[in-house]
Amino acid sequence: MEAADVTASARRSAGRRLAGLFHGRPRLQVGALLAGPIGWLAIGYLGSLLVLLVTAFWSLGELSGEIEHTFTLDNFKTIVESPVYREIAGRTVAMAAAVTVADAILAFPIAFFMAKVASPRVKGLLVVAVLLPLWSGYLVKVYTWRTIMSGGGVLSWVGLGAPTDDLVRIWLVMTYLWLPYMIIPLYAGLERIPNSVLSASEDLGAGPGYTFRRVILPLVFPAMVAGSIFTFSLTLGDFITPLLVSKTQLIGNVVYSNFTTDLPLAAAFSIVPIIVMVLYLLIARRLGAFEHL
Amino acid sequence: MKTKGDGRPARMAWLIAAGLVAALVGIGCGGGGDSTSSDVQQSVGEGEGEVDLIAWAGYVEDGSTDPSADWVTDFEKQTGCKVNVKVGNTSDEMVQLMRTGQYDGVSASGDATLRLIEGGDVAPVNTDLVSNYADVFPGLKDQPYNSVDGQMYGIPHGRGANLLMYNTEEVKPKPPNSWSVVFDPKQAEKYSGHITAYDSPIYIADAAVYLMKHEPDLGITNPYELDDEQFNAAIDLLKEQNEHIGEYWSDYTKEISSFANGDTTVGTTWPYQFLTLKADNKPVKAVYPSEEGSTGWSDTWMISSEAKHPNCMYMWMNHILEPQVQADVAEWFGEAPANSVACEPKYLKKGPFPDVNHCKKYDAAGDKYLDDLHYWATPLSDCGDDRGDVCKDYTDWVQAWTEVKG
Repeated sequence: MEAADVTASARRSAGRRLAGLFHGRPRLQVGALLAGPIGWLAIGYLGSLLVLLVTAFWSLGELSGEIEHTFTLDNFKTIVESPVYREIAGRTVAMAAAVTVADAILAFPIAFFMAKVASPRVKGLLVVAVLLPLWSGYLVKVYTWRTIMSGGGVLSWVGLGAPTDDLVRIWLVMTYLWLPYMIIPLYAGLERIPNSVLSASEDLGAGPGYTFRRVILPLVFPAMVAGSIFTFSLTLGDFITPLLVSKTQLIGNVVYSNFTTDLPLAAAFSIVPIIVMVLYLLIARRLGAFEHL
Repeated sequence: MKTKGDGRPARMAWLIAAGLVAALVGIGCGGGGDSTSSDVQQSVGEGEGEVDLIAWAGYVEDGSTDPSADWVTDFEKQTGCKVNVKVGNTSDEMVQLMRTGQYDGVSASGDATLRLIEGGDVAPVNTDLVSNYADVFPGLKDQPYNSVDGQMYGIPHGRGANLLMYNTEEVKPKPPNSWSVVFDPKQAEKYSGHITAYDSPIYIADAAVYLMKHEPDLGITNPYELDDEQFNAAIDLLKEQNEHIGEYWSDYTKEISSFANGDTTVGTTWPYQFLTLKADNKPVKAVYPSEEGSTGWSDTWMISSEAKHPNCMYMWMNHILEPQVQADVAEWFGEAPANSVACEPKYLKKGPFPDVNHCKKYDAAGDKYLDDLHYWATPLSDCGDDRGDVCKDYTDWVQAWTEVKG
């Protein structure tokens, strides 16, 4: 009886001790709770970015091609000085901008219809319709576009020539791929605009164009920026689409082809989209996109 | 959402996390590449139950692509070693995969072998443990790409040339028999947008092979050892070609689908794609341009220095050299077998594309053109002749390739 009591109390006190450790120390409680997810974020995400950044400063052994941990700035010098890398970076950023603009223009009417005009049942169907392409694999979609745009593809059946310009081909496919990522945030943003605001604008004598420019656009701007972050960053990093539908290189292609043979150079070049996105987010913040978060 | 709470709990969590990150980076920076032992195995023991291979497409077939191409199922039954294969599209991919240390062996071409040997990723091979090695053609033994100081580092698999494939309906009037149809601007512009090339820096050697014949003043003797002038000439040629290229291929299925739907009408290929398209009755033909010659590959099965299943790997290396397997592989891929016994009619008759003249057609003995092919090799800065140390090494080739594609 006594022995059982002793062990029971010993067990209780171990658990009690732990509870006592946390008692009265809310910081420690919350800290321990947050350490898991923040640890994952820090190690899995930021940690790997850090290792990437460090790799960019390393160099390669000559014959073996193995990475040597000697500090060098050569990789960054190559990227800045060599015209081909500057061209590729510029081309990728321009493509990202083009895809973002195209998606914004295409997504807005669809999102507006879904948010303001459609009946609840149609609205639900449209949301499903918009999300359905995301269920089929990325490769399936790109290969389908490859077939559509090929010499014997659907476009040539109806007499339209298939686009031959590489950049147009990439732009077409990416606009298609990222469209749902623009529609959904826009739809959410437009839903939040009360209908009374729109009728008030009409009552005060504003035509639809004026209402669009001065009422809707400013209100939906944060949502549009949210959607554009998707389209912009996804385009910056993509390498499979250019590989499958064109012979052009974007930033991702250079990283991909150098990944096996010159990892430090690939790492250095992949810092470029990171910097671009940081700048993009800073500009977005300056324009007030994150004020209502 | 905004709370003016005490930020300290979150800060504590950040500190813990930051500490972990610092430790991680420290480990990453500190731990260098420790070389593993390169002892030669002395005997083959019991099989370990499975073997992980990296192979070129079409080299390790288990009947799933085509029931007549199966040399894996027998092996698995006889040895109990289950075969897991990862297809590599380029030598660069294969080198990278081998460096992970998670594979037992690789069918490496000459532009990968030396890198793997130098990097300590592969172990020397004890050819006495491979009974079929004795029958391998002499032209494949103790070559610069598969041996160092007389020690073999692998078992020859087979060899072949890169061919010029063209669409017989689109490429007119004369069937091409020279690489100038893809390199000479006047000829290439006829097929502009429908030309293809291999998407790897090693393709620079193909341009060098073309220049060997068409610009002899450059004095190129070895397309893998190019000095400044020769290299720049090759790069300029490739940049000109780039304007007429429709797409580059490294994924062989991409080339097959491209030729099949007519987007590409002429370009370099391995025999495998040609045989696949022909079996599908597509209007294509492939030639070996005897005027300039061609690059090619001579592949060697190498065993990883960190192989987890070394016995199964040795069993595989012996199995792939079996005469019937060699005949099957050679006919299936379209290459010359390494084992001379495989050229006997009784083996060639039973292959997936039965042809008793296969070895003659593919010059398996090597005396017609195969021994003189410019096999894929690793460019080194040491030219290997009286020019000295002025040649471009593979890193230069990789960077130049990015410039070529633009």
